[in-house]
Amino acid sequence: MSADGRENARLRVCLKGASASLALNNPVLTASGTFGYGLEFSPYGDLRKLGGIVVKGLSLKPREGNPMPRIAETPCGLLNSVGLQNCGAKVFLRYKLPLLPVEVVPVIVNLYAATIDEFADLAGLFAGERGIAALEVNISCPNVREGGLLFGQNPRMAAEVTAAVRARCPDKPLIVKLTPNVTDIAVIAKACAEAGADMLSCINTLSGMAVDLSTRRPLLATIIGGLSGPAIKPVALRSVWQVSRAVSIPVIGIGGIGSADDVLEFILAGAGAVQVGTASFSRPDAVFRIVEDLPAAMEKYGVEDLDAFRGSLRTWQAD
Amino acid sequence: MTPDAGRRLIGKNMNAASMIMRGASPAQTNTGPGMAGGTSALVRLEVLDIAELGWGGPGFFVLRLSQPGWEHPLPGRFLMLRATAGSGEYLCARPFSICRINDDGLVVFFQVRGKATRDFAALKPGDPVDAWGPLGNSLPVDPCRPVLVLAGGVGIAPFVNYVDRHPVPGSISLEFGHRLPLECYPLRYIEGKCSIRTHHEKNDGDRAVFSMLVEERIREFALSGIVLACGPPAFLRLVRELALKYRAEAWLSLETRMACGIGACLGCAVKTLLPAEYFAAPAQILAAPPSEGDREHYVQTCLCGPNFRADRVLL
Repeated sequence: MSADGRENARLRVCLKGASASLALNNPVLTASGTFGYGLEFSPYGDLRKLGGIVVKGLSLKPREGNPMPRIAETPCGLLNSVGLQNCGAKVFLRYKLPLLPVEVVPVIVNLYAATIDEFADLAGLFAGERGIAALEVNISCPNVREGGLLFGQNPRMAAEVTAAVRARCPDKPLIVKLTPNVTDIAVIAKACAEAGADMLSCINTLSGMAVDLSTRRPLLATIIGGLSGPAIKPVALRSVWQVSRAVSIPVIGIGGIGSADDVLEFILAGAGAVQVGTASFSRPDAVFRIVEDLPAAMEKYGVEDLDAFRGSLRTWQAD
Repeated sequence: MTPDAGRRLIGKNMNAASMIMRGASPAQTNTGPGMAGGTSALVRLEVLDIAELGWGGPGFFVLRLSQPGWEHPLPGRFLMLRATAGSGEYLCARPFSICRINDDGLVVFFQVRGKATRDFAALKPGDPVDAWGPLGNSLPVDPCRPVLVLAGGVGIAPFVNYVDRHPVPGSISLEFGHRLPLECYPLRYIEGKCSIRTHHEKNDGDRAVFSMLVEERIREFALSGIVLACGPPAFLRLVRELALKYRAEAWLSLETRMACGIGACLGCAVKTLLPAEYFAAPAQILAAPPSEGDREHYVQTCLCGPNFRADRVLL
């Protein structure tokens, strides 16, 4: 095997779910809502080099999203209330998916619905699509009035959504995306795992708000939005730590990841893979650079095997 | 520093070199109305150097960057800029109109308004800046039609490049409304190339006079000319209303909050009139007048704009 080949092999991870697994060339995926439908970023890097592409949240019908303004910068973070503007699942399948390199890189769709039945229908739509590697169920969007966050804050409802999607799409890996806006994220995580989730991704944005003193207006039309970016990294890391200890299925870390070091921090805390989000706004090549920088970072910290490294955090108590 | 000395292929670390090469891989962007037949340009991410930061007046700056790797774009397009080694006070790049681009480099014009522009005003020659572009569509250029340009304040920026690129600049009439002294604005680049009239608005009365003039001129150009406008939201709303009233072909160059500039953040959405099945090519549809039955739909300013037909966009 060539040196390059060995290096590539070291980056591979397999997320083994209860009923389906996801094999990735490397543990770095894109986060839904920050990478468009993928093609937007093709001028800035080779999509085929990514661990996976998680596309913008899709609903059954196209959604216009929330009124403007929808984004505002805050210290080390970005507040948004986009409200899931998207072209709808059918348009995605017809116009966007055929243009993505699905044979080489797993394309994961992120699902949003307002009711459990709608979630099930959406899952059914993707169940037979060969180009879709996995489903990520969004039960954690803080920017939509119905569904969204409500499902993610209640363990019973989180389990119901998970089970409904599982039933309609039994063969593809099922990821459930969790919200940090709960008292105990481990409770929701367990409920989803028991209901048939193959893996969990955490976290979605943190509920937040910003105001302008000179105009006395909120910076977002919806007043409250979701906070992302480096500001939320400690919360994300904590969530990954707690969730990975509460369930036996793989955890995908999301929140403020902007470097290869950040990727390793999440894996150390227990993540099987990560998603890069807001960093892709700051520089459109961010996720490609992170993938490229990962071998050097592994070398630097003496990480030989990602599987062995995962969750190997040395706690003070243990010493 | 010679104009080209700043063209930089290596960023802060060695990884940046391969990043730049990859960032330079060609890809097609959407094409705007542009010249007959439309011309596409390659979009790329590069690290450019500050060649010169000129002070235009209190809070106004003319920033000259080393020449980017792309061809001189059609006028009206923009790029995203972020100081590579900035203060860390802000996260996202900011969109800037391409004010000038030639062999001396690329010029953007800005007014200090917040954290990012304050950061930019503190940059020094040789400082690196992450830049990606050219982005968005271009303004229509038709050598056979007279052009009325209506610019308000910093909204002058895209029209400097427009006058530079127009094959018959003598057919352009520019009406420029401004509140701060004229020296603040980069008008010197186009002086003598087209007809320019300036209007210093010191109070509401001045503004009312300017508004009347805008109406008169739009009516004048409605029959066979093109009207282009860029400026504050209230100014663009007025131009839009008058363009619809006199059925003038008018294009409005919008400024919106953007996080990415490439269609992903959905922060720059604007309501436009579109048919139900617009998903395959919204930018192309928006280049023509609306049809009966078109409905309001959000599109991203960065992908479908920043230049919109007045009869397509809702402000």
